[in-house]
Amino acid sequence: MAETSGLKVPKKGYRLFKSKDWNVFIEGLWHNNPIFGMILGLCSALAVTNLMLNALVMSLSVTVVLLVNSIIISSIKHLIPDRVRMIAYMFIISSLVIAVDLVLKVFLPDISRALGPYVALIITNCIIMGRAESFAINNSVKLAISDALGVGLGYGFSLMMLAFFRELAGFGTLFGFRVIPETITPAALLSIPPGAFFALGTYILVITTIRKRRAK
Amino acid sequence: MNILLLLFASIVTSNIALTYFLGMCPFVTISKNVKVAFGMGMAVTFVMTVTAMANYLINHYVLIPFGLQYLQFLVFIVTIAALVQVIEIFLDRYSPALYAAFGIFLPLITVNCAILGVSLFVMLRVYNFWQTVVFGFGSGVGWMLAIIAIGGLRKKLIFSDPPENFTAPGITAILAGIMALAFIGFTGMASL
Repeated sequence: MAETSGLKVPKKGYRLFKSKDWNVFIEGLWHNNPIFGMILGLCSALAVTNLMLNALVMSLSVTVVLLVNSIIISSIKHLIPDRVRMIAYMFIISSLVIAVDLVLKVFLPDISRALGPYVALIITNCIIMGRAESFAINNSVKLAISDALGVGLGYGFSLMMLAFFRELAGFGTLFGFRVIPETITPAALLSIPPGAFFALGTYILVITTIRKRRAK
Repeated sequence: MNILLLLFASIVTSNIALTYFLGMCPFVTISKNVKVAFGMGMAVTFVMTVTAMANYLINHYVLIPFGLQYLQFLVFIVTIAALVQVIEIFLDRYSPALYAAFGIFLPLITVNCAILGVSLFVMLRVYNFWQTVVFGFGSGVGWMLAIIAIGGLRKKLIFSDPPENFTAPGITAILAGIMALAFIGFTGMASL
């Protein structure tokens, strides 16, 4: 968890844009990427990525909760006493998750059923608590929004990558549309739980390799 | 569902860590050492059983009669946080040996998604009281089994020679995948 603390100074080549907001956003998307970089929030990432649609809905839910939570925390940070801040986070996050869950139940009942307990488990997702504690509580609302969007999209991007691989190889479909003809037997291993671990391990290998190349 | 079948399924075939991916953060970070993994596993089993019972009772005798189901998530997590505090105080006062063994893990457990996950599964699958107790206990034992096994496997990794870029989290994920295959192999006997 040591890497989660605050802001890393971007490397020189990364300063495409001078704005600090943009740098914070890119940090969240790549260096602080929750799944492949910080190895946080794995539960939902592994559980919902057998189908791309589930992964998309899940990443949108997490991004919304993360964004609203970061905005609330960073705007009322002077009002929260230091000693009860964890409990304050928990109350805010739980209320937001209840709202998201009700919205999903009403508008997307099928997906809500498929996601099962994992929407409610956003409450204990380390990403949201981690960003609140390490970033939103110490920074302005504007920066907190950039950070939440970066980390949220980074999370979504990782989930979609995992789901793309797993759905394509496991079912031969993408978003439910058939891509690989039915005559080719899909690799069902990737659609069951162990496949999630294999897909994640492979991605971490690929991303570590890319990062090491870039560092050289 | 038969209680014994439920126990077997929750420990092995529907293992909470390897099939439902709950409690993954400590699973990856704490599993470097079998002894620590054991302490954490014991603490999780204990807390899981107690909180599953408490949340079942609160859900059935407070929330449902008063029509407050929409507060379930909030109440569950608050109950878990409060119970962990109470357990910590009790252990510190009455059983210092036990407190020394797994007291340090208790604060970490409040945000362990496996604990909340068990309470949510109990609610979603409409278990009765005894099924809840068995499911909570079985899931805890299953989680402990998984984290001890991965701890033991990771110790052997020191002597092996994986590819250079296959650093800790990547190789742990692959190991967990192979283990999950072994656990799921029993699905024909019982599953949830």
